[in-house]
Amino acid sequence: MAAVIPIAFLGVFFAWPVITLIGRGFVDENGFTLAGFAEAFGAARTLRIIGQTLALAVTGTLASVALGVPGAYVLYRCRFPGRTWLRALVSVPFVLPTVVVGVAFKTLFNGPLAFLGIGESFGAIVLALVFFNYSVIVRTVGTMWARLDPRVVEAARALGATPARALWTVTLPALAPAIASGAALVFLFCASAFGIVMIMGGVTWGTLETEIYYQTAQLLNLPVAAALSIVQLAVVSGSLALANATRSRQERALRLRTDGLAAPVLRWSDWPAVVPTLAVVVGVIGLPLAALVTRSLATPEGWGLHNYQLLGTVGSAGVSVWAAAATSLATATQAALLAVTLGLMVSFVLSRRPRTALGQSAQQVLDSLFMLPLGVSAVTVGFGFLVTLNRPPLDLRSSTILIPVAQAVVALPLVVRTLLPVLRALDPRQMEAAATLGAGPWRVAATIEGPYALRGLGLALGFAFATSLGEFGATSFLARPDTPTLPVLIFHLIGRPGADNQGMALAACVMLALVTGTVMAAAEALGHGEARGW
Amino acid sequence: MVTGLEVRGASVHYGGTVAVDRVSLTVAPGEMVALLGASGSGKSSLLRAVAGLEPLASGTIAWEADDLAGVPVHRRGFGMMFQDGQLFPHLNVAGNVGYGLFDWDKAERAARVAELLDIVGLSGLGPRQVTELSGGQAQRVALARSLAPKPRMLLLDEPLSALDRGLRERLVVMLGRYSAEPTPRRAT
Repeated sequence: MAAVIPIAFLGVFFAWPVITLIGRGFVDENGFTLAGFAEAFGAARTLRIIGQTLALAVTGTLASVALGVPGAYVLYRCRFPGRTWLRALVSVPFVLPTVVVGVAFKTLFNGPLAFLGIGESFGAIVLALVFFNYSVIVRTVGTMWARLDPRVVEAARALGATPARALWTVTLPALAPAIASGAALVFLFCASAFGIVMIMGGVTWGTLETEIYYQTAQLLNLPVAAALSIVQLAVVSGSLALANATRSRQERALRLRTDGLAAPVLRWSDWPAVVPTLAVVVGVIGLPLAALVTRSLATPEGWGLHNYQLLGTVGSAGVSVWAAAATSLATATQAALLAVTLGLMVSFVLSRRPRTALGQSAQQVLDSLFMLPLGVSAVTVGFGFLVTLNRPPLDLRSSTILIPVAQAVVALPLVVRTLLPVLRALDPRQMEAAATLGAGPWRVAATIEGPYALRGLGLALGFAFATSLGEFGATSFLARPDTPTLPVLIFHLIGRPGADNQGMALAACVMLALVTGTVMAAAEALGHGEARGW
Repeated sequence: MVTGLEVRGASVHYGGTVAVDRVSLTVAPGEMVALLGASGSGKSSLLRAVAGLEPLASGTIAWEADDLAGVPVHRRGFGMMFQDGQLFPHLNVAGNVGYGLFDWDKAERAARVAELLDIVGLSGLGPRQVTELSGGQAQRVALARSLAPKPRMLLLDEPLSALDRGLRERLVVMLGRYSAEPTPRRAT
């Protein structure tokens, strides 16, 4: 029952629009056709785009892993003053709207670091991808590392292994599932990056995602867009399958946790991990954000709040930033509530432990089904909404509900991924104990699982809200010109000439980043506060 | 006519492994039965099957000659005490002991909780968080919790194995004292 509502929701607001849109690519006046595929793969441009997508995703993933593993050690395995603060700082980029990240890097490489001449280069985009995904690796690997029993390494050292050898032969193999699952997730995010590439890629660099946007929105070439969507879907399903396979191994391995062991204090001998971590924190995360903030304070007459005063004026878009911010807040609130409600239902269903083989495979199918929106191009979702939901049986074109619904579709996988581990960590014998005391299934859900799920609820709500606030891919199709959301307005402003437009965009980026960061920090604090008393 | 519990030819399978192989036994009202065996010999599985937590691959379990096959766990009226207590961490001591009394009147529930805390020697600890209890106290709360709804039968799954010897002996005495009530119990 709890599965029916979310499935129906995804069916109507995800599967139907996406399948319809892709289906259009295979039909012309004469019926079924593969002309789109022929055209897409006949063009040198398509092959170049696929190559660029894979190259960006692979490089971005490798760099994130290489830098993220030392970061996981420093931030989760060691103790030092300011660790909580640094962890929070590192986790902020992941929830920053892609538009903000793109603008921040663009500002950095066209401003203070313009002499490097890497403004619209491959390297600059990879750095932005690392900025965005560093915390994914740090978090997945770090939480695992913190739980590894230190005595295993001590045993290896007692047998004569050097620290490096113990790391290579004992620790890294134990962490391998976490690293692999984090890497698969990062690959997924890199391969479907849209906002960053749109802003930083210029005309040289494109990915499947930006190309789908270009083909649908600019050229109205649906057959080619459909062919590209299917390629994108294949790339994404592949990395999802990989992530799933490694995650189930990780959840088994997590049993070797040790409780109550304090992390050792950070020492000078830890420098091989500290140096790359500092480099990322200062260079990759700190610099772009600092550049964004300083640039937003720069005016033709010197330093000042001129750009922030402009936020109330209507620029070339005809809408003030404050008005767009109000639209964004209202939309994101609706989307977050929708996503968390549905996510709770999905997580309850997925946290069951079915006894039969049939039940287990049904659950796995369901699990992948709810991850799919992570991978299907948000652009496809947005455009699919436009072509399916604008006429009977569901005419929602003039309704303002479409944007929150689309944002909820995009946020749902993150919500499920946040709530599910919490519910799965609940010992099934707790439910059994409740049942032997006479509690039926509904009472067990309400009195045992419900209070437990609350632990993840704050974080899930924060993720959903932050994602919705920054959602750009789908929203860019659905927002009406007179009521844009903040990311859509920023993208519009940054593409317009004029110092005032640019300044407004920078100030708006800072505002958006501040709101998102605050929401996430509050959500994390809430989560920890609730978890502490348990 | 058999009164009490009757297990006939019960088998429990986990995938391909046979945990319990055609076990038959009866427990009369007031009788205390202990299951002995090496670890991994299926004692817990048999208890879980009686409680309704594992489905039977074959055989029957009946109470007062009624087959329990279609009766879900929460309707069997059998109490069970788990090896590690499984207290609910989000409820305090009184909340745990009173959990099975959800359809009781509020005042009656409070009285019953106080009565049971008295019995297990933890009077006045109702408002205490269960995370602040010692191992022995936690097991006594677990015992009180499983006795509170007046189960027709109490299943004890190695409830004392995690405790030190002195505590274990005190709890054995406590368990023995309440087997005087007309309730059959089985322990492993």
